[in-house]
Amino acid sequence: MSKIIPIGPYHPLQEEPELFKLYCEGEIVKDIKWETGYNHRGIEKLSQSRTFDQVFFLVERICGICSTSHPFAFANCMEEIAGIEVPDRAKYIRTIIAELERIHSHLLWVGLAGHFLGYNTVFMWAWKYREPVLDLFEMITGNRNSYAMFKIGGVRRDIENNKITRIKETLDLVKKKTDLLAGAVMDDPVIHARTKGVGILTKEDIVNYGAVGPVARASGVAIDVRHDDPYAAYPLVNWKVITAQSGDVFAKAEVRLLEMYESISIIDQCLARLKKEKEGETEIVVKEVPEGIGTGHAEAPRGEVFHFVKTDGSNYPVRHKIRAPSYVNIATFRKSCVGQTISDATLSLAAVDPCYCCTERMAYAFDVETGKKIYNGNELLALSQSKTEAIIKRIKTEL
Amino acid sequence: MGFKEYCFKKSLWLFHFGGASCNNCDIEILDCLTPRYDVERFGMQLVGSIRHADVLLVNGSINRRDKARLLDLYHQAPKPILVVAIGACGCTGGIFAEGDTFAGPVDKIIPVDAYIPGCPPKPEAILAGIVKLLNKK
Repeated sequence: MSKIIPIGPYHPLQEEPELFKLYCEGEIVKDIKWETGYNHRGIEKLSQSRTFDQVFFLVERICGICSTSHPFAFANCMEEIAGIEVPDRAKYIRTIIAELERIHSHLLWVGLAGHFLGYNTVFMWAWKYREPVLDLFEMITGNRNSYAMFKIGGVRRDIENNKITRIKETLDLVKKKTDLLAGAVMDDPVIHARTKGVGILTKEDIVNYGAVGPVARASGVAIDVRHDDPYAAYPLVNWKVITAQSGDVFAKAEVRLLEMYESISIIDQCLARLKKEKEGETEIVVKEVPEGIGTGHAEAPRGEVFHFVKTDGSNYPVRHKIRAPSYVNIATFRKSCVGQTISDATLSLAAVDPCYCCTERMAYAFDVETGKKIYNGNELLALSQSKTEAIIKRIKTEL
Repeated sequence: MGFKEYCFKKSLWLFHFGGASCNNCDIEILDCLTPRYDVERFGMQLVGSIRHADVLLVNGSINRRDKARLLDLYHQAPKPILVVAIGACGCTGGIFAEGDTFAGPVDKIIPVDAYIPGCPPKPEAILAGIVKLLNKK
C-alpha cells in the first residue's frame, strides 16, 4: 500500500502555490501527481478587454521572473501581423534586456538549487550577485522587475551611450562572480554526489514530452528559439547553443551556468554595436494594426514562450493564446521523479525551474469519444456537492 | 504595556502566503532575506508554519481557489497576528482585479494592518513598511 506525501500548496520549500502528491512505498517514489489552479488569474480573457498598448503591461505580469519574454513574444507576434521591422537600435536594446533577464533568472535558480541541496551559502551568494543585475535594470528601465520596455514597433526607453560603461563594469563583476559560483558548484564533491545520476531525462523522454529550454538542452536536444527561429538581434551576433549530454540535475546546472557566459558575451557584442547606432532611433510609429493572425516566439530563461493573437482591425485582440515553457516541462516530472528516493525527487522537481504563474490555465472535462466539453471547474464542483447531498438524503431515508 | 504590544515586542517571525501572484513580490520578499537587505538583523525570519508566526505577509490577487485557504490560515494563526498586504495586487487586486476568478483583495477576506503598494515594492519598501507597522503600536 503506497503512502501519499503531499508537498504544498503553501509549503516553505516553494515560492508559488502548487500541490504535489508523491505516492511512496517506503522511501521510493512510485508515482507523482500535481494540482495547480491556485494561481489562475484569467489573463487570456483579461487580454481581450485591453488595448494593444495595455496588453504589454498585462503579459509582463504573467510571470515576474521572466517578465521580458512574454512582452517579447507578444511584440514579435504583433509585428508579424502589422508586417513591420523594428529599427536596429531597438533590436539591440531588446536583446540586451532579454539577456540581462536570463542572467538574473539563472542566478536565481542556482541560488534556489543550492537552497534545496542544503547549501545556503550558495543561495546567499547567488542572490547577492544577482543584485547588481537588478540595479542595472533599475538604471535602464526604472524598475527592478517588470520593466515595461516593449511596445509595438520598438522600445519605450533608450539606453544612452553614457550608460554603456556602467553596464560593462557591472557585467565584468557578474562574470567574475559567476566564475566563483561555477567553481564552487563544478568542483564540489558533495554536489557531484548529490546531483549526478539524479532525475535523468533521456533524449527520448524530452522528445516524447515535448520539453523545451535548458531542460531539453541538458539532455542533448539542441532546441533554442533564438537559434531555430531567430528574432531581434540574435542573428546579428555570435553565440552558440549550450548543450550537455547526461540529462541529470548536474547537467541542468551546467547548462544554466554556461548559458550565463553566453549571455554576457551577447550583451557585450550588442553594446559595441549600440555605440555605432544613432541615439534615439528606438521605435517606428504604428498607427493601426490590420486584421489578421500572428504567432510569436521568444526564448525565456525556462524555454520557449509562445503567443498567438487574432485581430479584427480594432484596438483589442479578439483571441490571445499563451503557452509558457513550464507547461510542457512540468509533465516531465513523471519520468524524472518516479523510482527515486523522496529527497532526490524534490531536487528533480526544482531542477526543471518550474514557473507556475506562467502555466495556470482553465480546466475542463472533455468527453473522450466525442471530444465535447462536458464540465468546467465550477460545474465539477457543483456535481461533487450534489453527489454528497444525494448521499446524505439516502442515508437519512434509510434511517 | 498591553497584551498586543507585549506580543510584538521582540523578534517577529514571518509567514509568507503567495496568492495568485506573478512571483515578483515573492522574490522581492525572499530578497529581503539575502545579504544586501538582511532582514534577520531585525530578528525577523521566514517560518514554515503559520502556527509559529507573528506576521502574515500576503501578496498577489486572491482567486476563488485561494480564498478558502487564506481564511483557513488566518483562523489557524495564533492571535494576535499582524497581516501585511504586499504589492498592488495584495492591496487592491491591481491589474487582475477585473479577472473572472478574482475573489476580492486581501482586506475583503481578512483584516489587514498594513499595506505596502508597488508593482513590485522594492525590498527597501517592504522593510520600511514592516518597521513602520512595528513603531505604530
